[in-house]
Amino acid sequence: MQIDINQARSYYRQMLLIRRFEEKCMELYSHEFIRGFLHLYIGEEAIAVGVMDAAGAEDAVIATYREHGHALARGIPAKAIMAELLGKVEGCSRGRGGSMHFFDAKTRFYGGLAIVAGGLPLAVGMALADKRMKRDRVTVCFFGEGAVAEGEFHESLNLAALWELPILFVCENNRYAMGTALECSESEQNIAKKASAYNISASQVDGMDVFAVAASAKDAIAQIKKDGYPVFIECLTYRFRAHSMFDAELYRDKTEVEQWKQKDPLIVLKNKLETAAPGSQLGEDTLEKEVASVIEEAVAFAKNGTLEEIADLEKFVYSTEVRQ
Amino acid sequence: MSETITYREAVRAAIREAMEHDERVFLMGEDVGKYGGSYAVSKGLLKQFGGERIIDTPLSESGFTGAGIGAALNGMRPIVEIMTVNFSLLALDQIVNTAATMLYMSGGQFNVPLVIRMATGGGNQLGSQHSHSLEGWYAHVPGLKILTPATVQDAYDMLHLALKDPDPVLIFEHALLYNSKGELDREIAPLEIGKASVRRPGKDISIITYGISLFKSLEAAEILSKEGIEAEVIDLRSLRPLDDATIMASVSKTHRVLIVDEGWKSGSISAEIMARINEQAFYELDAPMQRVCSAEVPFPYANHLEQAALPQVEKIVAAGHKLMEEL
Ligand SMILES: Cc1ncc(C[n+]2csc(CCOP(=O)(O)OP(=O)(O)O)c2C)c(N)n1
Ligand SMILES: [Mg+2]
Repeated sequence: MQIDINQARSYYRQMLLIRRFEEKCMELYSHEFIRGFLHLYIGEEAIAVGVMDAAGAEDAVIATYREHGHALARGIPAKAIMAELLGKVEGCSRGRGGSMHFFDAKTRFYGGLAIVAGGLPLAVGMALADKRMKRDRVTVCFFGEGAVAEGEFHESLNLAALWELPILFVCENNRYAMGTALECSESEQNIAKKASAYNISASQVDGMDVFAVAASAKDAIAQIKKDGYPVFIECLTYRFRAHSMFDAELYRDKTEVEQWKQKDPLIVLKNKLETAAPGSQLGEDTLEKEVASVIEEAVAFAKNGTLEEIADLEKFVYSTEVRQ
Repeated sequence: MSETITYREAVRAAIREAMEHDERVFLMGEDVGKYGGSYAVSKGLLKQFGGERIIDTPLSESGFTGAGIGAALNGMRPIVEIMTVNFSLLALDQIVNTAATMLYMSGGQFNVPLVIRMATGGGNQLGSQHSHSLEGWYAHVPGLKILTPATVQDAYDMLHLALKDPDPVLIFEHALLYNSKGELDREIAPLEIGKASVRRPGKDISIITYGISLFKSLEAAEILSKEGIEAEVIDLRSLRPLDDATIMASVSKTHRVLIVDEGWKSGSISAEIMARINEQAFYELDAPMQRVCSAEVPFPYANHLEQAALPQVEKIVAAGHKLMEEL
């Protein structure tokens, strides 16, 4: 396999940014700057980075409450994301949303949705609109394997296939839905198979390998744009941290976590690069420094941000309140 | 013989005792077993009762709530736990179209002895999809009983009462109450479903409330008392049935009404209470009734905004002043 060093460096930098950003969030949470529920993406970075590389600016993205990585990879500025986490007006949702509800019209980022499987029907509707208006766009919809048990998952896959809609479904199978292991939630644990049952072209991909994710997402989007039909990718991955800040992790073995850490997407990238082009240099130290300064700047920006006027509490309940 | 324990421990103790005494009782819901419950209510129960009676379900609210109805129809006494009221909306069809209707549409043949517990309420900076108080909304539906335990004693008693009831009972536990501590006496006979409780007697104002707002109301009543205004605080305990008799008796004594509810005002339980007072005790009123409820917004994340959206002690005190001005 051929690897372009600049491509590799770009992926590494993006994944590193997400990793360090999430670590900073954890720290800010323990100091009570960030509150509410906080779900970290550590371990799963390759998926958002790989898929976003394949998605175009015109395409739409729908994610879940575990969406910090998707937002960063999509290009929402780290500053706007950090400000959101600190509940400031400068945040990507004006401090209204918090960790679980990032939105950004500029990058067509439609959430940040915290009802499991709630994003799938939205993707169907977004894609339906694109199809009707003959726009050459794809809707990329991320969700966890836990969502597969919900009725909305099945209804949406059926509608997407029945109506032949341009959707890329990305299932982030990290093997757990909170404390519920895949074996305890699914009678058929191959999720791609379920999508196939709806007549959707589906495959499993190594979600710890950013090159593999990007390649399969690029193929998928090209195929969707060619024939207008949905495609389903199941990314096999693992979350290295607890489900949220309230999780004592009673349900899984530390050795299992350690085993998966051997497949850390940052390490996988380095190993792949070394095999493909021995001796090539990523310049990790420089990237660490770059990333650290982006995060430092984001934190300072967020801390200096403003709190929304309480008088505006009821603004945006209806569209009459949206600034022209 | 009473002990001081947390609200969480009280619910857990009630579930444990019920399961020890009745083979038909089982608990089912997302992460109630291995994870220990999203609010740690069921922690330790899996070990004691095993996976057949502490059932971890996949994320399928409609499916497992419906399964609870089916099991109840077929002789079991299931307790279904739904993580929070927002997720119960995925099970709304089963709750409203099936659980609430079976007895009536079968001409009295099939009752549904099902208990559904869920967390409710805001105040944890969880934003627009995890903070709602929809218990008053469920109280709209004939066929359901809606319980809102505020105290540790009620958290314990109401689970037992609900399990003894032949019909579907929904129990709403405010998420911020789980850590609260209080007295539990296992020997005293529980106050039956549908009975409100006067938590503080008073002669000047009736504060009608339930759930977490009870504690804000009691705090406000203390402040008002220092100013010479004696508020009577009524804990509804049950939103359906509503205890009209206790409400009207208090109104006839104080002639002034303030309702405190974390739900929204429009089309709400607070509106229903006002309507009933209008119907049954209109001539007793000396002033227009007042309400302190949540702002009509989907709920913000930022702390200062969320706190501004919620009922607060100061707002209750201010409403009390307003009521006393109208002479
Ligand atoms: C309908 C619904 N039920 C329950 C929850 C509570 N909850 C939040 S995340 C989660 C686990 C979801 O797991 P998965 O879909 O695999 O995503 P992951 O967290 O692993 O990324 C649960 C049960 C919810 N948000 N929405
Ligand atoms: Mg998962």
